[in-house]
Amino acid sequence: MPETTSLGSGGSAYWTVGDDIADTAAPDGPIETRWDRRKFSAKLVNPANRRKHTVIVVGTGLAGGAAGATLAEQGYNVIQFCFQDSPRRAHSIAAQGGINAAKNYRNDGDSVYRLFYDTVKGGDFRARESNVYRLAQISTQIIDQCVAQGVPFAREYSGLLDTRSFGGVQVQRTFYARGQTGQQLLIGAYQALSRQIDAGNVEIHPRTEMLDLIVIDGRARGIVARDLVTGKITPYLADAVVLATGGYGNVFFLSTNAKGSNTTATWRAHRRGAHFANPCYTQIHPTCIPRSGEYQGKLTLMSESLRNDGRIWVPKTKGDTRSPDQIPEAERDYYLERIYPAFGNLVPRDIASRAAKYQCDDGRGVGPGGLGVYLDFADAIKRMGEDKVREKYGNLFEMYDRITGEDPYKVPMRIYPAVHYTMGGLWVDYDLQSSIPGMFVIGEANFSDHGANRLGASALMQGLADGYFVLPPMLGNYIASTKLGSVSLDDPAVTSVVGEVTGRLGRLLEINGDRTPDSFHRELGELIWDECGMGRTEAGLRKALARIPELREEFWRRVKVPGDSGELNQSLEKANRIADFLEFGELLCIDALHRAESCGGHFREESQTPDGEALRDDEHFAYAAAWEYTGGAPVLHREPLQFDYVHLAQRNYS
Amino acid sequence: MNLTLRIWRQRGPEDRGAMVTYELADVSPDMSFLEMLDVLNERLILEGEDPVAFDHDCREGICGMCGVVINGQAHGPRDRTTTCQLHMREFTDGETIDIEPWRAAAFPVVRDLVVDRSGFDRIIGSGGYISVVTGSAPEAHATPVPKDIADAAFDNATCIGCGACVAACPNGSAMLFTSAKVTHLNLLPQGAPERETRVRDMVATMDDEGFGGCTNTGECTVACPKGIPLTSIGNLNREYLRSLTRR
Amino acid sequence: MSWTDEEVVPRVRSVAVTNDARPTSPVGIFWRSTIGKKAVMAVTGGVMLLYLLVHMLGNLKIFYGRESFDEYAHWLRTIGVPALHGAWFLWIMRALLLVAIVLHATTAYQLSRRDLKARPQKYAHRQRLEASYAVNTMRYGGIIIALFVIYHLLDFTTLTVNRHGVEGAAYDNIVSSFSVWWVTLFYIIAMLALGLHIHHGFWSAARTLGVHSAAREKNLKIAATVLAVLISAGFVTVPIAVLAGLVD
Repeated sequence: MPETTSLGSGGSAYWTVGDDIADTAAPDGPIETRWDRRKFSAKLVNPANRRKHTVIVVGTGLAGGAAGATLAEQGYNVIQFCFQDSPRRAHSIAAQGGINAAKNYRNDGDSVYRLFYDTVKGGDFRARESNVYRLAQISTQIIDQCVAQGVPFAREYSGLLDTRSFGGVQVQRTFYARGQTGQQLLIGAYQALSRQIDAGNVEIHPRTEMLDLIVIDGRARGIVARDLVTGKITPYLADAVVLATGGYGNVFFLSTNAKGSNTTATWRAHRRGAHFANPCYTQIHPTCIPRSGEYQGKLTLMSESLRNDGRIWVPKTKGDTRSPDQIPEAERDYYLERIYPAFGNLVPRDIASRAAKYQCDDGRGVGPGGLGVYLDFADAIKRMGEDKVREKYGNLFEMYDRITGEDPYKVPMRIYPAVHYTMGGLWVDYDLQSSIPGMFVIGEANFSDHGANRLGASALMQGLADGYFVLPPMLGNYIASTKLGSVSLDDPAVTSVVGEVTGRLGRLLEINGDRTPDSFHRELGELIWDECGMGRTEAGLRKALARIPELREEFWRRVKVPGDSGELNQSLEKANRIADFLEFGELLCIDALHRAESCGGHFREESQTPDGEALRDDEHFAYAAAWEYTGGAPVLHREPLQFDYVHLAQRNYS
Repeated sequence: MNLTLRIWRQRGPEDRGAMVTYELADVSPDMSFLEMLDVLNERLILEGEDPVAFDHDCREGICGMCGVVINGQAHGPRDRTTTCQLHMREFTDGETIDIEPWRAAAFPVVRDLVVDRSGFDRIIGSGGYISVVTGSAPEAHATPVPKDIADAAFDNATCIGCGACVAACPNGSAMLFTSAKVTHLNLLPQGAPERETRVRDMVATMDDEGFGGCTNTGECTVACPKGIPLTSIGNLNREYLRSLTRR
Repeated sequence: MSWTDEEVVPRVRSVAVTNDARPTSPVGIFWRSTIGKKAVMAVTGGVMLLYLLVHMLGNLKIFYGRESFDEYAHWLRTIGVPALHGAWFLWIMRALLLVAIVLHATTAYQLSRRDLKARPQKYAHRQRLEASYAVNTMRYGGIIIALFVIYHLLDFTTLTVNRHGVEGAAYDNIVSSFSVWWVTLFYIIAMLALGLHIHHGFWSAARTLGVHSAAREKNLKIAATVLAVLISAGFVTVPIAVLAGLVD
């Protein structure tokens, strides 16, 4: 039973090293013209022939929704899936801040090149220059497209689009729709997709979850999916498969991801041969609402903009349980202002997050379990007046009040970091094709554009760039240049996958143990948060790698899943996803262990500057780590990264 | 807190269903309503019973997936709040809480508290979009949109499609939902070319889906977590009547 | 789902709602839609409201005495003479009102049936409704008013049930009817129901016909209250005056 196999064996090598790989799809030459030249060299499918071809798209978020709508407009038959009850609910909807685009409407010195430069640097030099440049180029088209769709971006009194600065950059290039930019962009893509569904060009399967990938003759030719209402397991065949299934943040159990977000689609594809790249790059957001108790199932993010006016502090005395108003000024430690006098409370996300963790580890955290620090607006209220603060942050204060029952105008907020985005994902080339020909991966599910750290307001940009503009021509190129034979549902390659999926669900139901699925998820999440969260050490990672196989073994022995598989069974859905997290978590820790440097969202405590900053090791680690599944110790394939335009440099914020 | 929960249990669409009573002890006032249900479900699983099926996903009030009727109120007692953002401190120790699914002919029960809201998707599909082929969009600043128009369009675009309006309406009407989308798109200059066909087709689909008519009771806007105003329904009526005099 | 590259197999099932049953003419679309029917209710309600306003003001002439009132009643039957022959105007008005009533009642019936079907199952926990009493009693109010109108016509128009029942003696007919306590009670209840009906109906009709500014809605709500109070109070004055002996 592969589910219970340990990837590594007790203390010996957790992985082996294979051949280096390269992204052969990206053209050479001047970076400014690479995308144009790639598009020109791509083969085209005659419009009349497109409807002879079927494409499966899994996921309906920004990337998947945009891709499904665009492919259908172009004439392909699209079969699309989402596990929610409607394509409009994908978690892209929860993005608050905004979307970057190099429009330079402010005339403040922005350009495609500057957005490219900021993104490569912000990603701590662990992304491909070609991909990032293309992303910056496409960014302006995205805004045009969304405005034409009716996305109600914020506007000035002139009637023109408003922009703001975001995520520690010096230009105002972020377009936004109040605090609900993700929602508005997703609804735009959803509406475009709905139009194609109504026209009969997209066959939509809501409440249907992909459980495995069908690979025939080395090419992705379909998926096996379960109808979550009837429990029916059905294979779907196509000429190509597109995964747009989001990130794996829920491996931590507590994250800002939606409860349903999972890694099953990407992990199953990995098991079928797709390389998984850089899983250890996870982004942690500093201003989330701390957990209030054991039962908590989800963390809520508050916009980072709060740090513009709030001051972060903890009591100077360890274990100080006085209420904040009882702690005099002299006994408070405004630790960010003290350690980073130049940037103060506005240091980058990862630094702010780690600093909070250190304070709490040191026993000076506040709130339940000592897992929180104060974000105090008393000074801001004194300076600007309560009305101004309300005008600026009213909706966030209200949200905080709703969740915690505390009034932030009177009591300082409590915040704590939480996982909210994962930069790693399935490895793809410049065409967004994975290491399985015919399977494309877009949006957060792939690893391509953010390197080791994602800049604020760039996730929406990447999802839409992939879905609307990059994938469609590259998918056409694949179909036009590949001789695809016919496939039948009776093909043994199809029936065997259906059999495996059915068997696995059956086994989950048969165990009938004494622990709930969630209890395993919670335990796995706590372990990974402790050992592979904000700060990672070799010892901690080894500890996690020893524990995860045990936990997985226990899961397959003791989990209790009620009901049966022929009905709506939310426990079964959960257990199946957790089973994959239990395998994925191990690869996450292996990747974190192998990358002995610190970079972006990956902080190895052994590798830091004297000031406690992340210290990269470009000599040994300037590569993307693409992992190949073997069933035993995974094989590492290195894709060396080359920096011809942006020069490698160490970040400095102190 | 100790609570008595009376929850609608229904195995499938064909099943009759009934309210079933559960006692739940040690509920923390800091729990969200759905976390309270999580705790109940953990217990039910260990006791060998079927957990209560309910829809939920983002748990931050934006995806629109969650939604149950709590003591006769869609999304519960707090204003402008989705079920996932409702916390147990809104209830008192010893209280009995009735939890039911959205009730409407157009929203058949799938299981327990889960209903089928795909009618909403079909309303959108019949006209709730602006037909713009990817890549064909003009430069974003080619058409300025006055700020007040953009803001009004935004207010209507905040609809999360949760269905609370239908659940609260004594007629099971989807007018508030439909009016929000029609108002959002018809206000904008980008939406003008399809202004008449959009509203005509969306209203026809809304009627075909079996939603009731509007009697201006105003229950919908009270239940709406995003506070979509009743004036949007007035606007939908105007757009609809206007559309019949054109083309 | 087995297929090859060469043959075109329709693999995508159309999930679009079939539009075949939908009418294509504007009138057909209008009449079939819930919004169209509501608009019919709104307009016909407006016609009746206008009529009631005039009717109520006319009733107040009773305070000028028997002669004046009977003369007024006679005049009503001869408006437009000599341009129109005899009671033509009256009959035109009656026809208009009949059409309004039939359309109002038909659409009300159709919409109510639809609404009840759209919400077949009630909540086990009774909903705490935000809407006012007037809103929740539109249907019952409408039925009470309809029953009242029938009785009213039998009483004062055809004089079938009127105790005095002398044609042309409108004043005495009225006084005789309102001298019976239960007729008066029925009349007053019906007029209160009418007031409530107008209170919600007027403003609701305005929204149905497309009023969508919050400020205008507020003014319309005030107007609705004023109209409702004015009309029901105006009508109720007459039986009260009879009961009080002011009119006899």
